[in-house]
Amino acid sequence: MPKSKEKEKWSLIIKPKTGWFDFQPYDIWRYRDLLMMFVKRDFISVYKQTILGPLWFIIQPMLTTIMFIVVFDQVAGIPTDGAPPALFYLSGLVIWNYFSTCISKTATTFTANSAIFGKVYFPRLIMPLSNVVSALIGFGIQLLLLFLLILYFFFFLGVNLHFNSYILIVPVILLIVAALGLGFGIIISSLTTKYRDLTHLVTFGIQLLMYATPVIYPLSFFSGKYKLLILANPLTSLIEIFRYALLGVGEFNIWYLSYSLIFTLLALSVGILLFNRIEKSFIDVI
Amino acid sequence: MSKVVISVEDLGKKYRLGSFGTGSLSQDLNQWWAKIRGKENALKIVDFQGPKNADNDEFWALENLNFEVNQGDILGIIGKNGAGKSTLLKILSRVTTPTLGEIKVKGRIASLLEVGTGFHPELTGRENIFLNGAIMGMTKSEIKGKLDEIIDFSGVERHIDTPVKRYSSGMYVRLAFAVAAHLEPEILIVDEVLAVGDAEFQKKCLGKMKEVSHQGRTILFVSHNMTAVKKLCSKGIVLKQGKISFEGRVGEAVETYLNLSLFEEKSEITWSYSPHAFNPVQITALRVIREDNSLSGNIYIHEDFFVEIEFLNNKEGNHLSSYFEVRKLSEGGVFSSANWSSAIANVDPFSNCAYPKGKFKSRMKIPGNYLNEGSYEISAWVLENISATAAEAKNTLTFNILDDGKMRDEYVGEWFGVVRPKLEWLTSQVGPGYY
Repeated sequence: MPKSKEKEKWSLIIKPKTGWFDFQPYDIWRYRDLLMMFVKRDFISVYKQTILGPLWFIIQPMLTTIMFIVVFDQVAGIPTDGAPPALFYLSGLVIWNYFSTCISKTATTFTANSAIFGKVYFPRLIMPLSNVVSALIGFGIQLLLLFLLILYFFFFLGVNLHFNSYILIVPVILLIVAALGLGFGIIISSLTTKYRDLTHLVTFGIQLLMYATPVIYPLSFFSGKYKLLILANPLTSLIEIFRYALLGVGEFNIWYLSYSLIFTLLALSVGILLFNRIEKSFIDVI
Repeated sequence: MSKVVISVEDLGKKYRLGSFGTGSLSQDLNQWWAKIRGKENALKIVDFQGPKNADNDEFWALENLNFEVNQGDILGIIGKNGAGKSTLLKILSRVTTPTLGEIKVKGRIASLLEVGTGFHPELTGRENIFLNGAIMGMTKSEIKGKLDEIIDFSGVERHIDTPVKRYSSGMYVRLAFAVAAHLEPEILIVDEVLAVGDAEFQKKCLGKMKEVSHQGRTILFVSHNMTAVKKLCSKGIVLKQGKISFEGRVGEAVETYLNLSLFEEKSEITWSYSPHAFNPVQITALRVIREDNSLSGNIYIHEDFFVEIEFLNNKEGNHLSSYFEVRKLSEGGVFSSANWSSAIANVDPFSNCAYPKGKFKSRMKIPGNYLNEGSYEISAWVLENISATAAEAKNTLTFNILDDGKMRDEYVGEWFGVVRPKLEWLTSQVGPGYY
């Protein structure tokens, strides 16, 4: 009976889920205010719910750095490319923490938000995107800590400052790290709608991955096949470049960077496709 | 002819029954591959009696739905639980996708499936207005433009900069509804929101809905309250087992619905225990039982009968009690009762005391010659420490009180009122006559 009205203009057609590629970036742009509201919500709840609030962002890397100095520098004697160990470890940790926060927050997108997803429609990708933006708060605080520490080493311990023009690449590095964390995170979150236990694997996996990333050792520590193995990790070149820009140690290699970039774009594309696919049906599964 | 704003064409939604994550990993992987190759494979623990196909592990929650809604209509969607109402609303609000067919829509849809979605307890009322509005699809500037109106409507202006965790539940709901009411969508989906809030606020909401429809906007109203449906709606659709069993004027629709429930024999609803819900308390069954212990939803008016709730308590030492609300389908609330010691006629050993872990059933006796004939509906709650909901099953089970003719020796017409008790009467002569 309603078939005669084909020519009319409909603002929305609700259909069975279609192909893999009906991804609508405009839809996300339209909801950008929501993204910022989620970021604000995360920010406020961090301040209000804990006694020390944002101080945790400082305590965690500080204690970890001290731990690393004791274990890997003092006991194991792993070199730090000549940089002061505290700066070396902290700079690695700042990037690593941002990456692991991005991935672990976004990895639970579907499971943690099933209540709200079950009630209202909005582009689901808004949620992991807001997680990645919220994680910048912690990153910013830790980056500030790193700068203060660098200045302290410069003024009081006479360590040379190595700030150079490569520092301009830091925002790019950050963007790639965010995209990489997001990509992996949404791939995992898509898979966890079916396999809940995957979250355990992820927590564990992230811990292990840190040891395959030059956080506690420089890339130059390895050679041969081990070096290739470490380089296969897309985070490796990012951390190396970050250290190179800030501390003047590490390696800036445009090929390594290109590899990381391509890897990231690939992970992000796969993630978005998978996520887009799952978001339409997951509410019946969860 | 008025403009069609929603056109539903051959809509179908299939669910797959079965539990989540059973079978081996390889089976799951196979399934997963099948799924990403594009086969609908919605695994879900479903607890409603939908139409089942031969496989018995798939069923259609909605089948072959075709209807249109014109601009400015207030359409009442009625049907028993499991008839597919919520599935239809979920598809309309784009929470889930249909398996077959399509829905074409003109204009923005906003749904009040659950008001206050995304409210964060730590944020203030004002911040939550922005968050909630944004979740519902408004932009920041749209919300800013309506902020004063929203605050005014909610009636919580004094506490608007207080975190909502300090709000009473009434204030919370009022604020949430205020945001939703000011979304100004072309199509508004309202689902049982009127069950909350005090009488004055309900009146305000109904008024707002009327106002919205006068502005040429369309409302889809889902409710179990037939009085409200009759009062508000102009048209009605009755859903039965995923199909439209009636479409037309609202009066006839309500009539059809009430007739449907009259011939419903079912007097037991069971829920399978779902370990994924992690609820300390889960209701597993709700039944209407006759005096001879048989399950029947049709009770003769003179018979005593029982309403029984069965639930699992998974937490040692929970202070629980059971609470029922009985509502007459055509008229409204009749009574509520809970097994609290001061509120019952006997002694219940499990009356708001510490429950050990285990399965419990709690029975309430409704005496014969008490309820008038008609269809009734039960909502059941398991309460924790008297006031908190540990588990609930709202508007699920219906039963019918049938007239057995035993009170009909003299009068055969309709008895007035929701109760028809046999009361004591005593008539005596108190004086002489005057003629």
